[in-house]
Formats: sequence, C-alpha cells, structure tokens
Amino acid sequence: MGAVSDLLVADDVRAYYRHGLGGWIRAVDGVSLRVREGEILGIAGESGCGKSTLAMALASVARWPLCVKGGRLLVEGRDVPMEATQGRDGSHRGEVVSMMPQGAMNSLNPTQRVRDFVFDVLRSHDPGVTRKAAAERAHERLARLDLPARVLDAYPHQLSGGMKQRVVAVISTLLNPRVLIADEPTSALDVSAQRALLALMVQLLEQRIIGGIVLVTHELPILRNVATRTMIMYAGQVCETGPTEEVIFSPAHPYTRALMDATLVLESATKRERIEGLEGGPPDLSQPPGGCRFHPRCPHATEVCSRSLPPTVSPSPEHTAGCWWLAQSEPPTAAAAGEGAVDA
Amino acid sequence: MTTDGPGPLLRCTGLTRVFGQGQHAVRAVHDVDLSMRRGEIASIVGESGSGKSTLARLILRLLAPTAGSVMFDGRDVTRLRGFARRRAYWTHVQAVFQDPFGSFNQFYPVRHVLRSALRLEEAHLSRRERETRMTAALESVGLDAGSVLDQLPHELSGGQRQRVMIARAVMVKPELLIADEPTTMIDASSRANILNVLLDLNRDHTLTILFITHDISLATYVSDTLFIMQGGQLVESGPVEQVTRAPEHDYTRRLFADTFSLHGGSWRGAGGSAA
Repeated sequence: MGAVSDLLVADDVRAYYRHGLGGWIRAVDGVSLRVREGEILGIAGESGCGKSTLAMALASVARWPLCVKGGRLLVEGRDVPMEATQGRDGSHRGEVVSMMPQGAMNSLNPTQRVRDFVFDVLRSHDPGVTRKAAAERAHERLARLDLPARVLDAYPHQLSGGMKQRVVAVISTLLNPRVLIADEPTSALDVSAQRALLALMVQLLEQRIIGGIVLVTHELPILRNVATRTMIMYAGQVCETGPTEEVIFSPAHPYTRALMDATLVLESATKRERIEGLEGGPPDLSQPPGGCRFHPRCPHATEVCSRSLPPTVSPSPEHTAGCWWLAQSEPPTAAAAGEGAVDA
Repeated sequence: MTTDGPGPLLRCTGLTRVFGQGQHAVRAVHDVDLSMRRGEIASIVGESGSGKSTLARLILRLLAPTAGSVMFDGRDVTRLRGFARRRAYWTHVQAVFQDPFGSFNQFYPVRHVLRSALRLEEAHLSRRERETRMTAALESVGLDAGSVLDQLPHELSGGQRQRVMIARAVMVKPELLIADEPTTMIDASSRANILNVLLDLNRDHTLTILFITHDISLATYVSDTLFIMQGGQLVESGPVEQVTRAPEHDYTRRLFADTFSLHGGSWRGAGGSAA
C-alpha cells in the first residue's frame, strides 16, 4: 500500500455524517489518495462533494456527527487516527498532520494577542514551555518566512485579512507537521492576499518545514499554479486524479470537463464569449445514485452507468479516471481490468 | 424619475466618506467622481479595504457622505431626509449583497422574501398581480417559480439563493442594480451562471448594473466599463477593452498580474507581487 516515498497514504476512507432522522450521509465514500514528499495535492469539486469532510478526516479532526466508518490513514508509514475522540492522545494533531481550516481568519482569539495564542498552542503540546520560549520560537519562524515579527504583539483585529490568514498558516505549522491540510484557505481573500498566502505555503514546503500539502479549493486556476497533482471529487468519491497539467488541460472524466468549461478565467475576458456555468448540484448523499454517481448529470451516460461502478481508465501512467464512457471509447488496452473507485 | 434623458443615470461628484475623527479618521472613500450611462454594466474592482462597499452604500444612500454629491437621473439624492424618501429612492436603485445565506430569514419560504420586497411599491397590488410579478422575476433569473416559491432557504443551493436575491431586486423594476460581490460565496463552477443572469437582465430589461468585485477576471467578463479603486480613490477608469489591453496605473497592472490565470506559465513560487 503505497511506495516508501509516500508521505501520506489514505486508503478507502469512509466518513459519514449521522443524520438527525437516523441513517447516514455518505460525504466521503471510499476515497484513496497519497501525497508524496514535497508535493501539493490539490482537491477540487463543487460544494457538497465531500472535500471539506475529507480534509477533516485527513487532519484527524473528525468529530460527531461525523464518523469515520472505515479506511486507514498512514503518515510516513505510521497509522494516524482520523477521529478526534475525546480523551485520546491528540499530540499527533499539529505535529504529524495539521489543519488550516476554512475561514481561518476567524480562528484567532479576538481577546488575545497573537503571541499569547501561540503560547497556548505550544503549551498544549509541551506543558513545560515558557512564554518567552514560545514567543522566541514564533519570532524565529516569522523571521525565517520574511514576515514582520510585530504581528506577535498585535490583536487579530489589528491585522488585515490576508495577514491574519498568513499568521494562521504560521501557527498551524509551528510544530513542524509532516502534512498540512489546507481547506479553502484563500476563499475569503482578495487576489493579492491569495497570492501572498500561497507563496508562503510554497515557502514552507521549500524550506522543508512541512513535508507536503493537501490543498482543497474549487478555484482551478489556483491549482494550476501551485498543485503538483490534482484530484477531482464528485459526490464523496474520486472521479479523476493525475498531474495537474493533464487533469486541467486534458481532462478525461466528463465531470472534470464540465468543471473546466464552467470556469471563468482572466483569458476568457470580455462579454464576447459566453461561458455557461454548471447547472444543478451534487446529489443527496444520504441516498447517492447507484453505479457512477455522476450519471444523472452526465451528457454521455448510458444504461450501464446507472447499474454498476465505473471501471478505472488510465490515459497516462500517473493519470486515472473512473468512467464507463471513457472505458468504452478508449482502446481496450488502456482500460484497466479492475472495477471500483479511482486511487489517487 | 423615469425619463430617458440623455444625461448619465448616475453621477457621483467628489464623493467622500470619512469614518472616525481626528487622528483616527479613515477616508474610506476619497473624492470619487464616477458616472454611469443608462444601460451599461460597470465594475468597481479593488482589494479588500479599498472602499468599494462603502462607495456602494453611499450610492444606495444607506450611508450619508461626508462630502460630495450623488445625482440619480438628474436629481440630487445626496440629502434624502427621512426613511420614506429613501424608500422611494430604493424603487429605482436596488442591491444584491455578498452573502446569500445571511440575506434570508431561514424560517420563511422564498415567497415571503419576495412579497416583502413588493411592499416598497406605493400602490397596493392585488394578490394575482403579486404572484405574476414574483413568477416573472424568478423566471427572469432562470428559476422555476412553481417549485422555488414555497421552498425554504436551506433547500436551495448558494447559487439558487443568490438568484432569488437578484429576482427580489429586479421585481421592484429598478433602473440601477448594485451587485456587491454577488459571486464570492458561490461555487466557482456556478459563478458564470450568476454573471450570465446579470448580462441577460442588462440585455433584456436594459437594467444598468454596477458590479463590485475584487476579482478582475469576473469584472472583465461582464463589464463595459471598469473603475479601479485603491485606498478609497478611483485610480483608473475606462472601457473594459482599453483597461485590459493597456492598463495605465501600477495598481491595475498588479491586479492583472496577481490574478491566477489558467493558461500561461505556471507560477509556483515565482512572479507576481507576493508581498
């Protein structure tokens, strides 16, 4: 399961939400992926496809009503629990995997200076740490990342949104986690602040402060610019994964093609060319459609798509997609024998 | 106020708003001159804190300016005293805001949201007239009135909710629609739909639209005219083709440079003004 150089390996992860009326919402249903050392794995898809739920499981912060019903998470070959059960030793969180949550701007305590917040974070992992040592450590890290040390003395409201987000990035990597899970870190930022934050994340990777990043976003242009590989999720499952260039510029799966066609980019400028967005939305995950989950929205769907799981097709060695239409239109040698979900 | 005069529909002159006093004074909007002709789509583009939303609120008369004037259809609306006068103004100028989740009362169906907007009208509408107006408005934004009217906000997707908010605004038949970051909280793959709704309303109903965004790629997609705003001031303005082809101000060039492009060279750690 995974080569030696794999930093993070997730195998057949199933994370379901308990429904208030009984039953389960299968937000992540059999997802496998791996992140190599030094790599940024991008995860894209519409809202409601399970991206954030997967991020929570990978960052081992899943808590009720989200339950991990199956699968394994390995970081550098060691098992990491995906559920944040109370009372269990949580030291792996922040040290092995760390989460940079959606809307991290509001994750800082508004009544505390940043340095006091840093102290609290460090103290929860090392009860013996002194205030001075904590501040020095944060100071040193900020200097290394070319960020002004004065932010330590500031209250969150004194910082701009972009700076707050970068401070959160620094704090969530203060314990040198092996993997950083970043869930939509740029969604509340303007373009210049987005670029600065992503530059910081790349810097953390290049200085080997962290080993790898899982970046969840629905902005394909961002993935195109920073992600080594990209995985497309639909309705709790992986539909395509591969090197970012290939996934974006020669998408195989009909869903990836639809996402690409719906993306507004700078180059498509001006009213002359009309771009149609995606209509409809992902299915209700308490009763996902049978067979290929994309079949009700797929322009190429045939009878077989609603009946059985799509086979895995591999357009190139690193690039896989799960689709009946592809399997039937590709030469037979290209279609892999196995059935079931695509591995990332 | 419905005359199709040759003058601009909206003209702001020296518009300024200062928050706070003395040392702590912040000039959120500083000496802005802006004019929009009937039937055009213009965008205000700038980073967070550049004063875009304050400018929108000044034009909407939700906020009183410190200095300067707002002329709408040849009439000075800078000093509209009393709620009743402002309410009358809002039958001509409507707005859609960023958060399609916060703009709804979660306990009421869509019908209620739309019906309360019709109260802006002075004339009393019959039940049938109200229904016709609501249905027509929902259809003009591409929603099926039959199913949407009785749905609760949580039963709609973000994109659908935002379209309901646009329907609510256009139902009043305004001449100017101010759309303040309407796509920010919408999935990247359905943003085009919201913008297409704006384009269609502009074409079919000759609605004048002021679109506010931090994303210059969205602005270039919908606009005839671009206004670039930085630190409370308009630093560049002009027809979209001209500003896109030959941006004059450094800040405009930076906006273009910072925007992530899908084509062109990969970035990864280099280029841009990542400061």
